[in-house]
Amino acid sequence: MGRKAVMAVTGIVLLAYVLVHMAANLKAFAGRESIDGYGHFLREFLEPVFGYGGFVWIVRVVLLAAVVLHIAAAVSLTRQARKARPIPYAVKQGGYAARTMRWGGVIIALFVVYHILDLTAGVLNPHGVPGEIHASVVAGFSRWYVVAFYTLAVVSLGFHIRHGMWSALRSLGARTAAQPAALAVAVAITVGFLSVPYAVLLGVIR
Amino acid sequence: MKYTLRVWRQNGPDDRGRLVEYTVDGITPDMSFLEMLDVLNERLLLDGDESIAFDHDCREGICGMCGLMINGTAHGPQKATTTCQLHMREFDPRKPITIEPWRARPFPVVRDLVVDRSALDRVIESGGHVGVHAGAAPDAHAVPVPKPDADRAFAAAACIGCGACVAACPNGSAMLFTAAKAVHLAALPPGQPERGTRALTMVQTQDDLGFGGCTQAGECATACPKEIGTDVIALLNRDVLWKVD
Repeated sequence: MGRKAVMAVTGIVLLAYVLVHMAANLKAFAGRESIDGYGHFLREFLEPVFGYGGFVWIVRVVLLAAVVLHIAAAVSLTRQARKARPIPYAVKQGGYAARTMRWGGVIIALFVVYHILDLTAGVLNPHGVPGEIHASVVAGFSRWYVVAFYTLAVVSLGFHIRHGMWSALRSLGARTAAQPAALAVAVAITVGFLSVPYAVLLGVIR
Repeated sequence: MKYTLRVWRQNGPDDRGRLVEYTVDGITPDMSFLEMLDVLNERLLLDGDESIAFDHDCREGICGMCGLMINGTAHGPQKATTTCQLHMREFDPRKPITIEPWRARPFPVVRDLVVDRSALDRVIESGGHVGVHAGAAPDAHAVPVPKPDADRAFAAAACIGCGACVAACPNGSAMLFTAAKAVHLAALPPGQPERGTRALTMVQTQDDLGFGGCTQAGECATACPKEIGTDVIALLNRDVLWKVD
């Protein structure tokens, strides 16, 4: 039972991060200074307390803890579910939530690893200079196969949030949690994230 | 009309079991699904075969005994309907019908399509009742109950314990059943004193019995012949997490 609460709370933490991340990505449309300046601002944020880049590292540690707990709870619940039905049905039915949550989670996890190596560490990015976010984004998304993988991951994320946000609120006891609200958030995040790579691919962002 | 059936046959709890194909003739559109199986069973007996075992009792959709997985859907294709209230007019004779028992580790197969659902009774025993002495029945108007509370309790109490929610759940969870049984008490005055511990104990018992955990996939509510909604699960979760008594 506690695992569902862990799943819900860590999911909400990650969703809050994803929302801020998506909104910040839109700065790419405002030009090089805007998004590179934002990266600089995040590292200077609360500098007197945590030092340069300290705030960013605190956020990273919190996110890592949330991801680890989220996956651990998911693995544990999946194991319990498999054990609860040792003999599968010959004919299977079921809605998309039953089919996509677990695989969607795996796709998102693999994407996050790639994404960090690409745009955070810069190892897999053709530009890859720390702090030069705009140039790295343009260099990365100029390749169609990167955009294709990015699209798959973001669409998976959208489906994950569409069920996950509603499910999390239900798990925490919110009876009136509305599915349309979760759908709206999921669509906003999906469209927001996809806007930047396609703008690069179509030459709107250079 | 003539139908092709693929029916799960299993001689006992330890038999491996398999799907066996049958054709059954002389079916009218107004026959119920169970009457169709009766016709097949009569023919099997006349041919000297073993009849197909399946659970049924009232055949009025209120006892909760019947329950079959029909083409992968608990209680078949018609919404808000138990297997006994389902009619053959819902089925296309050109398409084979696959009939399986409820599948869950806490529901072992007894024979063919009959499963042992007494795990649900264990959940009730662990807390699905009012344990405090409430005295003699008071006058009907002595304890006012707001109409929305009464309606909520009544909607949850419509659960007949058929187990379709467990059968339909991708996780094999009994959460809709457990929530319905906890919430119909939590909505009314006599259920208040043990509300938090009741919720916690019933969910714990459900886990201990080997049911899966709820991921809000919603398949249970779609399958429920009494149309109990997943909102009862949110109410149960609220009592489990936040209600201390």
